[in-house]
Amino acid sequence: MGKEQKSVEAPKEHLNIVIVGHVDHGKSTLLGRLYADTGSLPEGKLEKVQAICRQQGKEFEYAFLFDAFLEEQEQGITIDTARTFFSWQDRQYIIIDAPGHKEFLKNMICGAARAEAALLVIDALEGVREQSKKHGYLLSMLGVKQVAVVVNKMDLVGYRQDLFEAIEKEYREFLTQLKVIPERVVPVSAKSGDNIVTRSPRLDWYRGPTVLETLAQFTKETARTDKPLRFPVQDVYKFDARRIITGRLTSGRLKVGDRLVFSPSNKTANVKSLEGFNVEPPATEAQAGESIGITLDEQIFIERGELASHHQDLPLVSTAFRVNLFWLGRRPLECGKKYQLRLSTKEVDCEVAAIHRIVNAADLGDRQSQAVVGRNEVAELTLRTKTPLAFDLYSSFENTGRFVLVDEYDISGGGIVMELVHDEQEFLRDEARRRDFAWVKGEVGAEQRAQHYGHRAAVVLFTGAAHTGKSFLARNLEALLVAEGRHAYLLEGENLRRGLDADLTESDAMEIIRRYGEVARLLIDTGLIVVSTTKTFGLPHHQVSQAIRTLVHPAPVLTVHMSKTEEAPPPNTDLHFFGPKDFDAAAQHILDALKRRGVLAEAIGAKPTFQYSI
Amino acid sequence: MNHLRRLESQSIYILREAYKHFDNLAMLWSIGKDSTVLLWLARKAFFGHVPFPLIHIDTSYKIPAMIEYRDRLVQEWRLNLVVGQNKAALAAGMNHTMGRVVCCTALKTDGLKQVVAEKGYTGIILGVRADEEGTRAKERYFSPRDKNSEWDFRDQPPELWDQFKTTFPEGTHLRIHPLLDWTEINIWEYIRLEHIPFIDLYLDRGDGTRYRSLGCAPCTFPIKSTAKTVDDIIEELRHTTISERAGRAQDEGRGMELLRKDGYM
Repeated sequence: MGKEQKSVEAPKEHLNIVIVGHVDHGKSTLLGRLYADTGSLPEGKLEKVQAICRQQGKEFEYAFLFDAFLEEQEQGITIDTARTFFSWQDRQYIIIDAPGHKEFLKNMICGAARAEAALLVIDALEGVREQSKKHGYLLSMLGVKQVAVVVNKMDLVGYRQDLFEAIEKEYREFLTQLKVIPERVVPVSAKSGDNIVTRSPRLDWYRGPTVLETLAQFTKETARTDKPLRFPVQDVYKFDARRIITGRLTSGRLKVGDRLVFSPSNKTANVKSLEGFNVEPPATEAQAGESIGITLDEQIFIERGELASHHQDLPLVSTAFRVNLFWLGRRPLECGKKYQLRLSTKEVDCEVAAIHRIVNAADLGDRQSQAVVGRNEVAELTLRTKTPLAFDLYSSFENTGRFVLVDEYDISGGGIVMELVHDEQEFLRDEARRRDFAWVKGEVGAEQRAQHYGHRAAVVLFTGAAHTGKSFLARNLEALLVAEGRHAYLLEGENLRRGLDADLTESDAMEIIRRYGEVARLLIDTGLIVVSTTKTFGLPHHQVSQAIRTLVHPAPVLTVHMSKTEEAPPPNTDLHFFGPKDFDAAAQHILDALKRRGVLAEAIGAKPTFQYSI
Repeated sequence: MNHLRRLESQSIYILREAYKHFDNLAMLWSIGKDSTVLLWLARKAFFGHVPFPLIHIDTSYKIPAMIEYRDRLVQEWRLNLVVGQNKAALAAGMNHTMGRVVCCTALKTDGLKQVVAEKGYTGIILGVRADEEGTRAKERYFSPRDKNSEWDFRDQPPELWDQFKTTFPEGTHLRIHPLLDWTEINIWEYIRLEHIPFIDLYLDRGDGTRYRSLGCAPCTFPIKSTAKTVDDIIEELRHTTISERAGRAQDEGRGMELLRKDGYM
C-alpha cells in the first residue's frame, strides 16, 4: 500500500444497465470496448481471447470477450445475456448485454427487466431496424425510463453528421410515441473506440458526452420508500415459538405497532415485532426493498399471496383487469385457455377473457384482430382470475402492477396492469370489506375453533338444475359429516324465504342471494362446515356461486355441480357428478376433496395437520 | 439501504422462494468464502435455522484445514451435513494427472450427480457468482437441469422481475443461484459487515501468499499477497486486475464451458 491515505471502501452505489438493439449492430463490441478502454478487464483476458482467435484463424473482435460460449463465438451472435461488472468513479455498474437476434427476444426481455437504464445501439449504416423499434417498445413496457441511444459504426459511414442526424430524428420520433425521451444520442465507433471512453477527433462536430460519461449521467432509481406500503406475504414460518410472516416490502415503510390490512382476505392485525438474525438491537422499522419477517399481535390465518397495506391506501381487488402483455411461449396464447398468473407472491388460475388487439411494435399499429397471440407478440388483453386478486395499476405501483403467466411448467409471458375491470361482484366485495374491517371479534378465534372441532370452516356449495339429486346428496353429506364427528349444517335457501326474506319477492333475486351469503358468512364464523343448497331465482349458477364466494371469502368454498347428463359445468366447479349415481360414493368423494383442501383433519382427535399463523 | 443490504435482501428473497417451492432442497457448501456467505444468508432468511441439508462434495483432495473448519461450523451451527464422494472413481485411482476436466467431472460433477440421484433432491442451492467466469455470467437465479443434469444454455427460461422458474417436469432439477449479483469485493465487504467466520487460508499467514479461491490442493494455487485482514483483502481487490480464478487450473481453455454444460457447479 502507498503512503497516501487510501479509503478501503468499495463503490457504494450499484446501477444495472442493459445494452439492447438489433442483431449485429454492435452491442457486444461496445461492451468489450468499454471494458478494454477503461482497463477493467482482468489481466490476460484480452490476450487469452486473442490467442483463441489466432488458433481458430479468425479476426479478433471485442465481442468475443463476453460471448463466452463457443457457439456464440462461432456464429458471432450473443445467445444469452451476460451480467458483467465494472466500477467507475465510485459506482459499480452491472451491465447486461442482451441478444439482438429476434429468436432470443426472451433473453433480451429478461436482461431488460433487471435494468435501471438502457443503452440502445443502432448501426449507422443499416439504420433503424425492426428490433431497434421492438426493443424500444419493450423498454417502455418494462418500465426502463432512462434510455440513451448509441449510433454505432460511424466509421463505416465516414463519420458523417447528416447521416447521424437523420437516424437521430427518425428514432426520436418513434420513441416520442412511446413517451420515452432519450437522454442522449451518441455517435460512436465501438470497433475503433471513438466516443466510447475518449472523445474522438473524427467526430468533432459532436459536443455531447461519450458513452462512459453517459453512463455516469444515469441516475439511481429513487427509492419507493415514500409511496404507500405494499408488503406481499412470501411465506409463514414456525421454526420455534414464533410464527413469522415473511416477505419483501415492494414500497413504503412498515413500523412496529402499525395496523396492517391483508388483501384480498380483509384480515387485520398489528405488527408486534420485526424479527431478524444477527440484528442487534432488533429493528423497529423497515422500508421498501427489505426482506423482512414480522410477528402479529393476534391469531389470524394468513398465507402466501396476501398483500399487506395500511388501511388508508388499500390495493385494488378484482377478478378481472385489462393488461398489456408480451408473449414468449412456445405455444400461442389462446382465449379461454387456463394459465397460472403470478403477481408478486400470489399464484392464481386465470384465463384470457378477451384479446383486444395485437400491437405491431415496429409501427405501433394494430394487427388484424386474432384469436391467439403468437410468440414474441405484444397484445392488449382482459384477464379473468378464478379467485379475487389484490393488485395495483402499473402506473401507480410497478412491483404490484406487473405479473407473469405460466403455461404448464414455463413462464411464458409478462405484462403490466393497465386498468381494473369492474366485475359484477364489486359491490358485494366492498360490502364484505367494510363488514370485515368493522367486525367485532369475540375471545375465541378461528384457530381455536378449528383445533377444537378438528376441521376448518368451509362451504360446500351445490349447483345444478332441479331433480338432479343435489338436495339428496347434500343431506347425505351433512349426515355423513356429523356421523364422523364433524360440525356441519345444511343451509337450505328455502328456509330463509319465509323469515329473513319475508319482505322480498322472487324478483329481488340478487338481494335474496346476498342475504343467503351473509347468513353463510355468520355460520362460517362459528366454525361450521356449511352444506349449501339454494335455488338461483333465475340468475345463472355461476353468478350465484360467485356471489356466495365473495361474501364468505376467504373461507374455502368447494363447488359441487350435479346434472342428469354429461354437460359442461359452470366455471370454477370443483366436482361434477352426472347421470345415475352412487350417492354414498359421491359423498365420500366430497369428503376426500375436503381433506385434500386441508379443511378436514385426517382423523378426529388427532392434532389437525393444517397450519394456522398468528 | 446500502448496496450490501440490497444484495442481502435479494438473496434472502431467492432463498425463501426456493424453500417455498421445493420440498426436497439442499445447499451445496464448498467451505469457500462464497458458499459460507450463502450459508450465513440462509441463517438470516430462516431466523437462525438452516431448514435443509448442506452437501459437501469431498474429492478427498481438499486442503485439510478446510475439512477441520467445516466440521467445526457443523457443530457450532447445528447443521445437517451430507458428504458426497465418488468412491468408485477414487478407488479406481482418479486424480488430476488424468486430466483436469476429467478429474473435476468424475470427482465433483459425478459426485454431485450421485448425491442428487440418491437423495432425490429437486432443488440445489449454489454460491456461484456471475463475475467469476463467462458461463456463470449467463446463468439464471433458477436454472433448470435435465434428467442427466445437463444445462441447456441455448434455451434458458425467462426470469422476469422476481418471478422464477419453480415448476418442472419429474426427473429434472433446478440449480438455484442466490449470489449471482455479488462480486468478490461484495463477499468480503459482507463478511466484514456481519463478522462471518471464514477460513484463514484466505489471509497471508506470514509467507507472503494467500488463497483467493479455494478448491482441491493439487489444482489450486495461492497468490502473492500480504493481505492479513479483511480490510487488506478489500483494498487489494480494488486495485487488482488479475482474475479471481487465475489460481484455478480447470478454467484454462474451454474447461469451464465443457464442465458446466455437463452439470458442473
